[in-house]
Amino acid sequence: MSIKLHFDVSGDDFTRAGEASGKIKNTLKELGFNPETVRNVAIAMYEAEINLVIHAGGGEIDVEISPEAVTAVFKDEGPGIADVEKAMQEGFSTAPDNVRNLGFGAGMGLPNIKRYSDEMDIKSTVGVGTVMTIKVLNKQ
Amino acid sequence: MIIKDVAKILDAEVLCGEESLDREVKSACGSDMMSDVLAYVKNQAVLLTGLVNPQVIRTAEMMDMECIVFVRGKRPDAAMINLAEDRNMAILCTKIDMFTACGKLYESGLRKQEREA
Ligand SMILES: Nc1ncnc2c1ncn2[C@@H]1O[C@H](COP(=O)(O)OP(=O)(O)OP(=O)(O)O)[C@@H](O)[C@H]1O
Ligand SMILES: [Mg+2]
Repeated sequence: MSIKLHFDVSGDDFTRAGEASGKIKNTLKELGFNPETVRNVAIAMYEAEINLVIHAGGGEIDVEISPEAVTAVFKDEGPGIADVEKAMQEGFSTAPDNVRNLGFGAGMGLPNIKRYSDEMDIKSTVGVGTVMTIKVLNKQ
Repeated sequence: MIIKDVAKILDAEVLCGEESLDREVKSACGSDMMSDVLAYVKNQAVLLTGLVNPQVIRTAEMMDMECIVFVRGKRPDAAMINLAEDRNMAILCTKIDMFTACGKLYESGLRKQEREA
């Protein structure tokens, strides 16, 4: 048995970034998931959701919740990532100053997603967009 | 210490979360960079910041933080306070600057908890 949820993430409303991640966090809590699993999912998803807004002009998120794991797929039609390996390095960021003034853009998001997830996959094509899949196993 | 002590030590105004003032807090961190809070912090109950936007509340939410202190007289708007209220967080405002506010709380026993590598 699994639950599937879909979210559209607006690219021009920074104030609402994180709504989807917050909703998933509440849903997992209500379903009685282990608090550590809940937090791991929340942090990984939030980093990815913020990236959709600040780097890709928005996108969509599909989440599948099963008793064993939470899988979230982030899709956008933004600029894409030219060198994924480089983007995964701590400190690599192309975020402009206005993003930094909002408290983001340290180049820590992708490595942090890796740390908090059990599986992470990025498929990106420059000029086409990015699809990132994150899987977090439910700790018992 | 409890959140009420944090408010007292920092001579802070409580903007919301009156009902959680008796909650115990053991650790804190101070940053204006939410990226760093998300990446370097673990099990912190209190966030001190001079940054004012809704993502401060969201970051605290994802990290399970219970209390946000805005330093240097920074004030969140009504929308931010609503967000925090919905999440049962306490929001405090102090005129004290970041360095001094962190120092005062450290002196009173609050510590930073490192995430494991
Ligand atoms: N969805 C995306 N579309 C296009 N580029 C992206 C996307 N996500 C990440 N990137 C690129 O990868 C870089 C690294 O991302 P990462 O999340 O690690 O850091 P950041 O978002 O710049 O800063 P932080 O996450 O610390 O706030 C970004 O600066 C950006 O160049
Ligand atoms: Mg990021």
